[in-house]
Amino acid sequence: MNRADLESLAQREQQKQQAFRCRILCCASTPCLSSGGQTVFDTINAAIAEHKLDADVQSVATGCMGPCSRGPMVTVQELGKPDVIYEQVTPGIAQRIVTEHVAQQAPVQQHILPSDIPFFAKQQKVVLANSGLIDPEKLEDYVARGGYMALGYALREMTPEDVCKEVMASGLRGRGGAGFPSGLKWDMVRKEKAEKKYVVANGDEGDPGAYMDRTLMESDPHRVLEGMAIAGYAVGADQGFIYVRGEYPVAAKRLERAIRAAERRGLLGSRILDSGFNFRVDLRIGAGAFVCGEETALMASIMGRRGQPITRPPYPAQSGLWGKPTLINNVETFGTIAPIVNHGAAWYATIGAAKSKGTKIFALAGKVKNTGLIEVPMGISLREIVFDIGGGIPDGLEFKAAQTGGPSGGCIPAAHLDTPMDYESLKALGSIMGSGGLIIMDERSCMVDVAKFFMEFCTDESCGKCVPCRVGTVQMYNLLDKITQGRATMADIDTLQELCIMVKDTSLCGLGQSASTPYSAPCATSWMSTGPTFWIVTALRASVNSMRSRSPNGCWLNKETMRWQL
Amino acid sequence: MAVVTLTINDEMVSAQEGQSLLSVLREHGIEMPTLCHLDGLSERGGCRLCMVELEGNARLQAACVTPAAEGMMVHTHSERLVKYRMMILELLFSERNHVCAVCVMNGNCELQYEAAKIGMDHVRYDYLNPALPMDASHERYAVDHNRCILCSRCVRVCDEIEGAHVWDVMGRGANSRVITDLNQPWGTSLSCTSCGKCVQVCPTGALFTKGATVAEMEKQHDFLRWILDGREKKVWAHGNGK
Repeated sequence: MNRADLESLAQREQQKQQAFRCRILCCASTPCLSSGGQTVFDTINAAIAEHKLDADVQSVATGCMGPCSRGPMVTVQELGKPDVIYEQVTPGIAQRIVTEHVAQQAPVQQHILPSDIPFFAKQQKVVLANSGLIDPEKLEDYVARGGYMALGYALREMTPEDVCKEVMASGLRGRGGAGFPSGLKWDMVRKEKAEKKYVVANGDEGDPGAYMDRTLMESDPHRVLEGMAIAGYAVGADQGFIYVRGEYPVAAKRLERAIRAAERRGLLGSRILDSGFNFRVDLRIGAGAFVCGEETALMASIMGRRGQPITRPPYPAQSGLWGKPTLINNVETFGTIAPIVNHGAAWYATIGAAKSKGTKIFALAGKVKNTGLIEVPMGISLREIVFDIGGGIPDGLEFKAAQTGGPSGGCIPAAHLDTPMDYESLKALGSIMGSGGLIIMDERSCMVDVAKFFMEFCTDESCGKCVPCRVGTVQMYNLLDKITQGRATMADIDTLQELCIMVKDTSLCGLGQSASTPYSAPCATSWMSTGPTFWIVTALRASVNSMRSRSPNGCWLNKETMRWQL
Repeated sequence: MAVVTLTINDEMVSAQEGQSLLSVLREHGIEMPTLCHLDGLSERGGCRLCMVELEGNARLQAACVTPAAEGMMVHTHSERLVKYRMMILELLFSERNHVCAVCVMNGNCELQYEAAKIGMDHVRYDYLNPALPMDASHERYAVDHNRCILCSRCVRVCDEIEGAHVWDVMGRGANSRVITDLNQPWGTSLSCTSCGKCVQVCPTGALFTKGATVAEMEKQHDFLRWILDGREKKVWAHGNGK
């Protein structure tokens, strides 16, 4: 296949789709599947067959449409009319969608989700542009929406150096959390002299409450593959690995199919699009260790070794897989590459904040009315995300905190609701951008419990290689447990703080170094008096004090009362 | 190989480029506590006792896995570092059931030695007291997981020197444990050559020779140097053995 073939394939597929009077899109990503999406899809297919509408109605199992808590989602696309989105579709409603809306042009009003609500209006879809609109298991659907054009363009019209420069000019930063400039990393790998280089996509997303990467891989797997192929061309690699965590079977299945389909069409493998460029992609499934999201541990896992991190430097860009230069990026980073090549770096650089360009996908979870997957321009304020897109806190309760960055991040209190969501602002607050998990807590959440939950997570997920993380996290967890049970003393808080700083300073990898980020207060500088760190330490102190004091009627203060106070 | 000059505790020293910082420190008589490092084995960087401060680097670095570089300014015994080393040792003692009074290695144990040298006389953290088993199924040696500090010297010596790779680590975090042959009893291991190298490199009393009682065990690391010298001189290379 060459570029002309690709374009004619796209045209053929577009014509095929336009021949249908109506397309019914059913979300088939994990959240909707788990709430009965498959039955809904089957019912729609049966109803279409029943009404003999096969010729002018097409049903498509697509990726994520966004408002996951309202699933299963169904979208009805009709020629010349705006899309109609249905929420919480049951098989009964699915039947009515076909019989009333499609067959008789009478939409089922009470289940329509208005498409002009802030949830959609404030978003800007760049990486998720195809998500919810294409069948992730059909290569043709992706090609019909301009897929693999960027790869074709890069291979013919750009040198590898041009591609690196373009990515650098776009201002794209690593979406895994640390925010290292992607173009710089690509250029470092490109400049290394080696007979073999590798490209690795990190899809081992493990933060509690985060599912951005899963959704991207499930909804638009070809976009990730295209980004990887462009990266392979830019850095001079002919082998890519995509590492998916074992808990994502749907994503792994769709990626595997996508790789095979792309290979059959000559979009991956040898002589891609009739150029001299070869690039193979292999899938690697993780075995469920959080630490394998750390790049050196991930590479150890790909090589079949125990998933444990090693000391950097040397960085993977110099010595990665089997000692060869390796480019390792998050899948979301790779997902951003095709739009950058298609529309140009200048276009991408207009989106987002001064130092954090582009859009970011967040998995909005916790105590907000609209939970789900959102893609917003960076620099949007936390308030807009929580109160406009998220629709505010349910049950008339107060907002208490937003947890960003998973176990390595921190909690942002209400006083900082106007913080722009970009790498620098979040870092200044003592939290991190992280991979995009965003858990909203209302006034009933106890911060000490939150701290304990995340420490328990780190205790479970520590690989056991270095002593501070292996034993330190257990000791810190025990101290937090003591506090929540009301058995702690003020001396325990000092011990806890001392341990936090030691584990942070001496641990080998990011897991241990950031395990105590939420409460290692004395390391903090300017934001200490207002920042979230101080806040949690205050909560800890208050917790110890109040748990040790007796209430007027002589019994210990119960835990529910505590929750409301802290 | 090029020579580099670096400053260690305000004193200028020279070293080979690429030489590990730990070996430079030892060459210059600076005592660095280590538990996972052993001359002749690959570096692990896991015990975090040899952490040093490098000026201009916000993070502490483990000397064993940091190559010496030109112009490095190294501090090895700052107040913070000594405090951290003490805390790491306390954590190690709190992790498993290290009871010196009944240990075969009492008096010869590297963990005990490092703790005594740094002046660690009590543990401020709660003992975790895990319930751990022993495996005495091997006819000559036994492993007591209560005394293991997971330094992985046994794993490395068996893999890198003996070439049998009987030992490995299973589990994660505090549940990690060294195992033989996919967690089968040591005595039933078909890959074990019973060479005893693992026992000799073990810093504590976790691996010991059967029949030894309290404070009777002493371990010999010299064989490693002897094997490695032989390899370097190619004494055992094919056709050179005589």
